[in-house]
Amino acid sequence: MDFINSIVLLLNYIFVPALSYGSQLALGAIFVSLIYGILRFAYFTAGDLMSFGTMFTILFTWYFQSLGISLGVLPTALLAIPFGVIITILYVLAKDKLVFSYYRTKKSPPVMLAMVSIGTMFVTQAIVRIVIGPYDRRFFDGEKFILKANEFKEMTGLNEGLAIKSTQVITLLVTIIVVFILFWFLNKTKTGKSMRAYSDNEDLALLSGIDPKKVVMITWVIAAILATIGGTLYGLDKSFKPFTYFNNMLPIFAAAIVGGIGNPFGAFLGGYVIAFSEILITYAYKKFFVYILPESLEPEGLLQLLSTDYKFAVSFSILVIVLLFRPSGIFKGKII
Amino acid sequence: MKQYSDVISAYVIMLGLIILVGFLQSWSMALSILCFCLISAVMTMGANIQWGYAGLINFGIMGYTALGGLAAVLVSVPPVKEAWQAGGLQMVICALIIASMVFSIRFILNKYKKSSNRNYIIAFVIIVGLIFLRLISGPSIHLIESVNPATTGFLGGMGLPIVFSWIVGAFFAGALAYVIGKIALGLRADYLAIATLLISEIVIAVIKHEDWLTRGVKNVIGLKRPVPYEIDLQTKQWFINLVEKFNQGALNLVTDVLEREQLLKQLVIDGSTVFVKLCYVGLFSIVVIILLIVTQKALYSPWGRMMRAIRDNDEAANAMGKNVVKQHLLIFVLGSAVVGIAGAMMVTYDGLFTPGSYRPMRYTFLIWVMVIVGGSGNNFGAILGGFAVWFLWIEAAPASLYLINLFTSGLEETNALRIHLINSIPYFRLLVMGTSLLLVMRYKPKGILPEKIKHI
Repeated sequence: MDFINSIVLLLNYIFVPALSYGSQLALGAIFVSLIYGILRFAYFTAGDLMSFGTMFTILFTWYFQSLGISLGVLPTALLAIPFGVIITILYVLAKDKLVFSYYRTKKSPPVMLAMVSIGTMFVTQAIVRIVIGPYDRRFFDGEKFILKANEFKEMTGLNEGLAIKSTQVITLLVTIIVVFILFWFLNKTKTGKSMRAYSDNEDLALLSGIDPKKVVMITWVIAAILATIGGTLYGLDKSFKPFTYFNNMLPIFAAAIVGGIGNPFGAFLGGYVIAFSEILITYAYKKFFVYILPESLEPEGLLQLLSTDYKFAVSFSILVIVLLFRPSGIFKGKII
Repeated sequence: MKQYSDVISAYVIMLGLIILVGFLQSWSMALSILCFCLISAVMTMGANIQWGYAGLINFGIMGYTALGGLAAVLVSVPPVKEAWQAGGLQMVICALIIASMVFSIRFILNKYKKSSNRNYIIAFVIIVGLIFLRLISGPSIHLIESVNPATTGFLGGMGLPIVFSWIVGAFFAGALAYVIGKIALGLRADYLAIATLLISEIVIAVIKHEDWLTRGVKNVIGLKRPVPYEIDLQTKQWFINLVEKFNQGALNLVTDVLEREQLLKQLVIDGSTVFVKLCYVGLFSIVVIILLIVTQKALYSPWGRMMRAIRDNDEAANAMGKNVVKQHLLIFVLGSAVVGIAGAMMVTYDGLFTPGSYRPMRYTFLIWVMVIVGGSGNNFGAILGGFAVWFLWIEAAPASLYLINLFTSGLEETNALRIHLINSIPYFRLLVMGTSLLLVMRYKPKGILPEKIKHI
């Protein structure tokens, strides 16, 4: 019994939260990785693009709520995502036309483009804060829990409860669907294949008649879709605050690099690597060992490897270690 | 002289703008803008040494700034005796353990060939060391932090004049840069940018949460100043005489004795803040001028030429027998040390150390905007960038308030849009920064004052 209790404990405090947080990071990491592979620069606007998409989703959610439209037990935001996506797509395409395309045709070095993306980061951040403000916002509605801790205890008769929030399930389901479609698109369709070819070898791809404009445009569209969905899922699960989203850029980059930047599948897995290591290393294992060890060996301290204050530091240290020993990332493989 | 005309005119315009602020808003405001301009100038010089001279991207400026600030605390705060008695010895032992870990790892790295066994041994040393550190430091950290937590709760510093911290800050930042450089300098440009950005976040996390050393988010306030306090000045006779002398004209207009006394009192109070800020401006200017002379000399020395050669074509420079790796590390350390000075200067000016206020937007990306806008590779350009961008950063708020009032003048006072826009004024500065960065990169990619290379 104690053994099952300890497993449930780990599931409740480590596995479920890490899985949903990892999915949110993974969506961000995939598009950072895609942009790096095809447009060939580090896209520093990543976090703020996510907050931009989320902001419009929230605005549409409020609009739908004011009209009285809702999805019942599901959050209204799911209905608003497509509209948020459309606006974000228009925004990134306009940005590409106005800003990035100039440097691309001039064949500027990647560093220059990264600097330009810092400029757009400032602008995006300003837009978000001017439109919706810098405050913490919750926009979740509908049923909060699928499984409550108490219900679980009653059901199984265990000491430990297992709570599953509906947002966690939604996050996981949406991520699976989106990632499945994305990899189907990249691997099976002609456009997807041409994107991979472009990322592998630009000159050869151009020679074989691939339209670079189309490839770039589709990359931005995918980025906008992933950013909005990932951002909204994060906001539903936790809350929407522009500053947090900007900070999320850092673990997203860590995930993309850990997974091998330019490799979307690696980035997808990288998101989970970062999320799990953050939570595994900062979790206090005392209760776990109380269950699993005989009474005489019960631990005294919290058995926490690092305090939760260092959550971010953990993922960055992993990144530094990966950069040192495997600069191409854990999941090497071909680019895209 | 002609070749410097653009430099001179740019600086004259800049100083003119600051003086204009003095007339339109207040002199105290203008001087505090100038102070921060000078601090920013030191930071941009540091970043310019790395980016402009050697083409190294360092997005970790925030980390070095914070370390400089930490130096200011550790140098100027008097030591907390009870805390040292409670757990000082254990912390010293911990420092020794860390040092011995580093030395034993270095020894292993030098002694044994690259193999998986070697990696296991290193991992073993690190894990054993960490366990010892946890066991020894854990209780003593608790003891130190429980010594009068409302006011101290940390080990304190050395109780020296705070100006020394400018040098100590440079050493702190340089030491950190040495470690980071050893780890990360082999990476490609954009990887290096991300790695340094993340490492600086780690530095901030440590400073925020190691309360026994830095007091963490509880902040350290009331640091000693290198210049007189306003309250002291207001009672000094020579200062009152000085103010009287300066404002003779205004005082003579007032005939009533009582009223004259009142006016003089007000003038002395205003004058004292201006005087204190002037002292800071003087101190900071000395630093900026010394750094400018040194960096200018370095730029046009054989060493500077070598750095440009490495920046423009490192393979060719390597073929000419220049040690690219070593020079990169050197310049990384030097540039970061300069940023460390700026960090200590800033804490000196503020008189308080607030680890929670170090954010990448303000301390990393804004500095980069300054370098790019000002002109990388040109010291005068970097300083100008620091001045101009800081000026914009501060003055964007009043300017956008003015513009919003102008454009919404047709709307009513209570109009929701107008109120919303006025409430979000602080964020217009981000918009101004972003667009000015994008415009400069598009139309003047080398900055306002581009790099000048004398061709012989």
